[in-house]
Amino acid sequence: MGNQITFTVDGKIINAAEGEMLLWTALDNDIYIPHLCGERNEKERPASCRLCFVEVDGRPAPMPACTLPVSEGLVVKTRSERVDALVAAGFELLMSNHRLDCKNCPANGNCELQRIAKARKLRLKPKNLPVLDKGLPVDDSAPGILYDPNKCVLCGRCIRACRHSGNGVLGFTRRGFERIVATFGDLPLGDSGCQGCGDCAEACPIGALAKKA
Amino acid sequence: MASNNQAAAVYATLKEEAEQNRGKLFEKPLILIGAATCGRAAGALKLVEEINNELSRLQLEANVVEVGCMGHCYAEPIMVIYNEGFPPIAYGNVNEGVGARIVRDYLTDGDPGYEFALVALEPNDFFPTYSDFPRGIHENKIVLDQCGFIDPQNIEHYIATGGYSALVKVLEADPGEIIKTVKASGLRGRGGAGFPTGLKWETCSNAGGTPKYLICNADEGDPGAFMDRTILESTPHSLLEGMIIAGRAVGSEKGYIYIRAEYPLAVERVNQAVQQAHEKGLLGENILGTGFSFNIEIFQGSGAFVCGEETALIASMEGRAGIPTHKPPFPADAGLWGKPTVINNVKSFSYVPHIINNGADWFKSIGTEKNPGTAIFALAGKIENTGLVEVPMSTTLNELIFEVGSGIAGGKQFKAVQIGGPSGGCLPESALETPIDFDSLTEAGAMMGSGGMVVLDEDDCMVEIARYFLDFTQKESCGKCTFCRLGTKHMLDILERITKGHGKPEDIELLMEMAARVKEGSLCNLGKTAPNPVLSTIKHFRDEYEAHINEGRCPSLMCKDLIAYYILPDKCERSCDACLGSCPVEAIFSNEDRIKVIDQEKCVKCDSCKVACPPQYEAIVKLSPPSEVAAREQGEGVK
Ligand SMILES: Cc1cc2nc3c(=O)[nH]c(=O)nc-3n(C[C@H](O)[C@H](O)[C@H](O)COP(=O)(O)O)c2cc1C
Ligand code: SF4
Ligand code: SF4
Repeated sequence: MGNQITFTVDGKIINAAEGEMLLWTALDNDIYIPHLCGERNEKERPASCRLCFVEVDGRPAPMPACTLPVSEGLVVKTRSERVDALVAAGFELLMSNHRLDCKNCPANGNCELQRIAKARKLRLKPKNLPVLDKGLPVDDSAPGILYDPNKCVLCGRCIRACRHSGNGVLGFTRRGFERIVATFGDLPLGDSGCQGCGDCAEACPIGALAKKA
Repeated sequence: MASNNQAAAVYATLKEEAEQNRGKLFEKPLILIGAATCGRAAGALKLVEEINNELSRLQLEANVVEVGCMGHCYAEPIMVIYNEGFPPIAYGNVNEGVGARIVRDYLTDGDPGYEFALVALEPNDFFPTYSDFPRGIHENKIVLDQCGFIDPQNIEHYIATGGYSALVKVLEADPGEIIKTVKASGLRGRGGAGFPTGLKWETCSNAGGTPKYLICNADEGDPGAFMDRTILESTPHSLLEGMIIAGRAVGSEKGYIYIRAEYPLAVERVNQAVQQAHEKGLLGENILGTGFSFNIEIFQGSGAFVCGEETALIASMEGRAGIPTHKPPFPADAGLWGKPTVINNVKSFSYVPHIINNGADWFKSIGTEKNPGTAIFALAGKIENTGLVEVPMSTTLNELIFEVGSGIAGGKQFKAVQIGGPSGGCLPESALETPIDFDSLTEAGAMMGSGGMVVLDEDDCMVEIARYFLDFTQKESCGKCTFCRLGTKHMLDILERITKGHGKPEDIELLMEMAARVKEGSLCNLGKTAPNPVLSTIKHFRDEYEAHINEGRCPSLMCKDLIAYYILPDKCERSCDACLGSCPVEAIFSNEDRIKVIDQEKCVKCDSCKVACPPQYEAIVKLSPPSEVAAREQGEGVK
């Protein structure tokens, strides 16, 4: 990655290395953009949570910041009517498939969903949509780790964490609305070869995978 | 260049041999039988057997050849006979009995059996040819031209009719010239999006990184689509020739054909074609002695609709889950194994030899400036003549449906046409003058897609149609990204609710709002286009949505939960029992006037009684909303 270049985000002039993804350069400069799936040091950029949309001058439609390489003279707005509507809709969709129980959640107070809601003044409880609970059992079979698939937003961070420091037992399975994070062969975590390092719980931005209290 | 003169010389010999060998077929009466998947489904293989039996029984000499599909699916099985002294004639709906009879009468008594004939293939004084029918006037076959007339299992048929001459031409040309020609022709990819093919090739050619790859996308996952299958089964060498030319153009020596595993006959035909092209020196190392090498391998895809999306397709070829990834990078820059890769549809590659042979200007003279060439459509649904057609771009929907397709089946009223597959849109009568091309269809709220076209009539409920197509895309969503995974699910739930009579007045706005967001927010084109059927039906048939929601009424009498069956007392014949016996749940009884009455509590709305009621009475009707039944019973004094 090369030359230092200059561009603006919400009117603020930013210097960064050309080609770096906009999301990270904005965060480095204290400009918050909601995101769940992106990870700075990962080669894989899923662009799947669809929350980091920004408006770019000269582009017809909002684009995700996690996959937008910065270049000289780029003019970005993190907020606009269109972006706000899109992010609000995406967030509401995610929350319509999330078992909301902040009071009893291990992530309460340290949760990316709460953070996004606060930053963008969004409701945690969906306004227009019914909640589609996955109705799956909570997995407490592993020592030290609790997994509630009904809370999971499918960001995939735990999968990548487990691949790096654990035994790589986690992965996505099934398609469409049924897609979930599970172990190979859908075994309970405790029987899956999970070594209990807890890095997945560390990686989880919400309370779906958590360390047992 | 010496090497090319040599290539041309080698080709000339190949062609002469091929012409001689193919010519021998015509020394005896020649019988062609359409035996692609569509023909086989209609019994073509049995017909072949019967014809062979009949010939040996009568000790008649004739050549029988299984060919591909001529595109007239409504008339399968199809048989063509070339017989000295007569024009070649195509026969339709040829079952074994009819086939044996035609052969017998024709080859022994000289009676060509015009009563079974569809069309004559050459101008003559006895029987009409294609150009005497509206379909023939509109059709302009380029890619489909040889389909159904050459033996797909014999490369010599392709060569004898000029096949591989375009390849010979480009072997001498500078690769840049090939790209120039394809760019100048204005060819746009036929896999759905209509991206300029020449530009894609140029990008790949200029991209750093070797080796470069070609992929032919033959995943064809749209329900009801079979254009690509037909080409693979009927004229596989057109695709191979197009790919070899593309390889030469972009500097690639390796191409893959990604065929869905559900197409076993296509896989067999293409495998055979690859092998024969190798044997003739037209494929493989050092093609026709020019030093250029190109190899083709078949990859069998196992499935999901989304695997047809190019990044998902590449992922699945690399052994990863078939799930789309963010673009850029585009495959032309970083595709298979991260290398520059051209990925094109079967049809896109198949046009290329024709463009090379006839020139960019010829191609541009067909269709329109921005949409040159032809469009290939599979006509399906409530249309008289289902089948595969190839018409110039800019033909109107009206011409395609009412002239080429001969209009609506069963004398019903046209309502709409769903065009572009499950993510296309439904266009109403007022849009029938829309010309068929990438831009006009998109503007009208539908899309070209891969060329699926379903005609709908007065009996089709547009809310149910939207639900049906969204049900397909929702089930095929890979689930990776938020908007498609959850947005389509909520939209489907709302549509289901409406078709069941539980819709709420705010549902229409909610659907439109979600549709807009899903289009805008989804990662790949599956999600970005999935809401089209919903948006287009709301746009053009909002009154039908409102009838469901506000009145619990399905105007087309299609949504089961919103209809009831009713026996018209003044039409019921009384002494007839047909409906009574047909009801699987004994919901019909005879009242004291011997008029048949349906017990609505018991009725499961299976439609059996309506079918059973003899046509001279037609006493059974559907009513919507179901509460109509009580009102009618009261009014008509049914007890
Ligand atoms: C969900 C989805 C399914 C697709 N399926 C096919 C397919 O079956 N065949 C095809 O050629 N293109 C399909 N495409 C389009 C491809 O991604 C790609 O654009 C095309 O193969 C490029 O070839 P072309 O330029 O010749 O059109 C699909 C796209 C999406 C989003
Ligand atoms: S469990 Fe947590 S980290 Fe893993 S995919 Fe779900 S939300 Fe992301
Ligand atoms: S739009 Fe649908 S199919 Fe495409 S990546 Fe997203 S979830 Fe998968």
